[in-house]
Amino acid sequence: MLSNEPLWFAIVAAVFAVYAVLDGFVFGAGILYLFIARTDAERQLVLKAIGPVWKGNEVWLVAGGGLLFLAFPKAFASGFSGFYLALNLVLWCVILRGVSIAVRSHLDNPLWRTFWDAIFALSSLLLALIFGVALGNLIRGVPLSADGQFFAALWTTFTPGPTPGILDWFTVLVGALSVTILAVHGAHFLIIKTESAVHDRASRIAHTGVWTVMLLAMVAISLAPSVQPTLWHRYDAHPVGFVLPLIAVVAGATTLACRRHGWDGAVFLSWSLFILGLFGSVAWGLFPNLLMATGNPAYSLTIHNSAASPDGLQLGLVWFPIGISLVMTYTLWVYLSFRGKVARSPVEEHY
Amino acid sequence: MTSALFYDRLQFAFTATFHYLFPQLTMGLAALLLYLKSRAYWNRDAHYDEAAHFWTKIFALSFAFGVVTGIPLEFQFGMNWARFSTFAGGVIGQTLAMEGVFAFFLESTFLGVLLFGRKTFGPFVQWMTTLMLFFGSWLSGLFILATNAWMQHPVAYAADEAGAVHVTSLWGLLTNPWLVWQFAHTMTAAVVTGSFVMAAVGAYYLLSGIHLDQAKTFLRTGVVVAALASCLMLFPTGHHAALQVFEHQPIKGAAFEGHFYTESGADLVIFGQPNMDTLTIDNPLVAPKMLSFIIHKHFDAEIKGLTEFPREDWPDTMPLLYYTYHIMVGLGSLFIPLMLTAVVLLWRGRLFQARWMLWTIMLMAPFPYIATTAGWMTAELGRQPWLVYGLFRTADGNSRLVGSGNVLFTLLGFLGLYLLLGLLFLFVLFRTVARGPAVPVGLSANGKGAL
Repeated sequence: MLSNEPLWFAIVAAVFAVYAVLDGFVFGAGILYLFIARTDAERQLVLKAIGPVWKGNEVWLVAGGGLLFLAFPKAFASGFSGFYLALNLVLWCVILRGVSIAVRSHLDNPLWRTFWDAIFALSSLLLALIFGVALGNLIRGVPLSADGQFFAALWTTFTPGPTPGILDWFTVLVGALSVTILAVHGAHFLIIKTESAVHDRASRIAHTGVWTVMLLAMVAISLAPSVQPTLWHRYDAHPVGFVLPLIAVVAGATTLACRRHGWDGAVFLSWSLFILGLFGSVAWGLFPNLLMATGNPAYSLTIHNSAASPDGLQLGLVWFPIGISLVMTYTLWVYLSFRGKVARSPVEEHY
Repeated sequence: MTSALFYDRLQFAFTATFHYLFPQLTMGLAALLLYLKSRAYWNRDAHYDEAAHFWTKIFALSFAFGVVTGIPLEFQFGMNWARFSTFAGGVIGQTLAMEGVFAFFLESTFLGVLLFGRKTFGPFVQWMTTLMLFFGSWLSGLFILATNAWMQHPVAYAADEAGAVHVTSLWGLLTNPWLVWQFAHTMTAAVVTGSFVMAAVGAYYLLSGIHLDQAKTFLRTGVVVAALASCLMLFPTGHHAALQVFEHQPIKGAAFEGHFYTESGADLVIFGQPNMDTLTIDNPLVAPKMLSFIIHKHFDAEIKGLTEFPREDWPDTMPLLYYTYHIMVGLGSLFIPLMLTAVVLLWRGRLFQARWMLWTIMLMAPFPYIATTAGWMTAELGRQPWLVYGLFRTADGNSRLVGSGNVLFTLLGFLGLYLLLGLLFLFVLFRTVARGPAVPVGLSANGKGAL
């Protein structure tokens, strides 16, 4: 019987990649929020742009976690307990971001609103940073012991080595890359959704932001082989995977070309593809590892030694295609229903 | 009592308890919203549409807090309970992933549509959206309860060579006999919470002499639904939930009833404090032979007592379990005469003038929360010392490498953050209620986008 493990690796990676794209532009809007939207009316505009969709976007994270749990329980258990401190920070930021959006417009008090605006921006920034750092950790590897467990301190010596912390220069670099990529992503979204001042500021940020991304990406990619050579071996062995970084490069170039023509929708979509391409490139390099060991490579958690039983994976394939097709259908319907610029309305009613 | 295990348990207990304050309201309100929105849609009734819109705002607020406090629970399976997740991921990974894909997406996406689509969509789409919201929130409850039901009463699983378990039949997992009564009981309880809150807001408006039109609708709907749901909560759902405890988890049953010694014709303890030194109930108030009658429909039937079982299999917080069970049953039994009286007053046309009753209804709003929390504590404390009943002990489940210092650190963080969240929720809730359902004329016409 053909094993379903690679397929589940692809499913889990794809769901997290979609999460990066969808919640990514909400993070981006949050990161830029204080600079791009200066007045209360402008801020309401930004919140209205993300309003109908951000809740659904966030669910991809929960679904990704659930699917990882289903398919690779050992990797879920090891990774989530090993990144205990970082994930608690994620949880607290997720809480603060959700609450700030929910309550900020309830009171017509400038201090109240400014406070929650700051919380929204700060938690978005931290989330984008931590998720980038987490990806950096997956690339670099973690200090797994023979039983497939580890516990990562927040930092040790700030250098990748046999016992690295969550933060070192490499993971912080990937975190910074994630922040800039998502900030540009958020700017592209706001360019589509807004007019006038917010639109113009978003355009300027997107313009310079792209070059910052290119610079950081180049640095990160050139330094990555010294941190984790395994990724490159994977590409050497299976060069067909080069199609993924190629997609990222082409999508990045398309973004610039579409920008010149003022095709805002195409800019947003090609940048989304750029994110998917980068994500896919990392996933291809990691495969079949889920968590790489910094010490003995035999301790790495792979799709083979951490998968659930074949029966369970088979059962999951019965319902997952149905469920995710439904989700994609109504998600697409919602995005199409709320397409176009958001209008400024004189009085806002809040929930 | 400073081991990592203790803090792990306390953190999950605290975060789960706090989380469930919100979904019990949203699941209850989802059903009530569907009713209001249906009346608005089928009768083209603006009054009911306004009522639905007001409760959508409360729903959305509670939902927002429910989501952000719910995500930590899924994460904590891996973070704090790595050994349990490795053991049971092959089963509960399925139900948790299904919850995300089938329910949580539905709920989150369509709430966005309902809040922001008042201008974009016509009445039919809005009604459909409310229906989807209802499906989403109740399906979410179903999958989460299927997960819990499996931990209470494991079915449809097999063990791997490595000692972990995996699911053998999804259908078996979702038709777990335990789940049937647990789902019915939990959802009825959610409707009790939703309807009590709705009735309380109506009572508050009537007592204050404001928003009288809507107040009467809230009160009428709330009281009738609350009376119905309170009755269903005791019988058949609560009764059968208790019967299956005595059938499958006799230790839990004996513990929450405070029944220490096996006897025929067992008394039902109504009041008294368990004494763990003498294994008796201090100053007991009992209904003679009633426990035997309730469980076995026979006054002289034998009920096994706690001492029949090895002490290491007793729930390790037996007195707390005993109290939470009695609080749940006590409050549940109080709701029925209260709400039936209110319904009689309503039927006689006197409810809106009966200020003592309005006061009572208003002040009763927190009590379904207490009863539901006590109910969950009964279920979960009573499951101890097992994580998966009879299969996997709690002491074997926590993450080995996450030390007690780190768990205490995050526990303190959650305590502080959730204290602030609780205050914030109440503050915003009271303001929303104070602002009332009335939409200023002229603004409703151009259908404002809600934020």
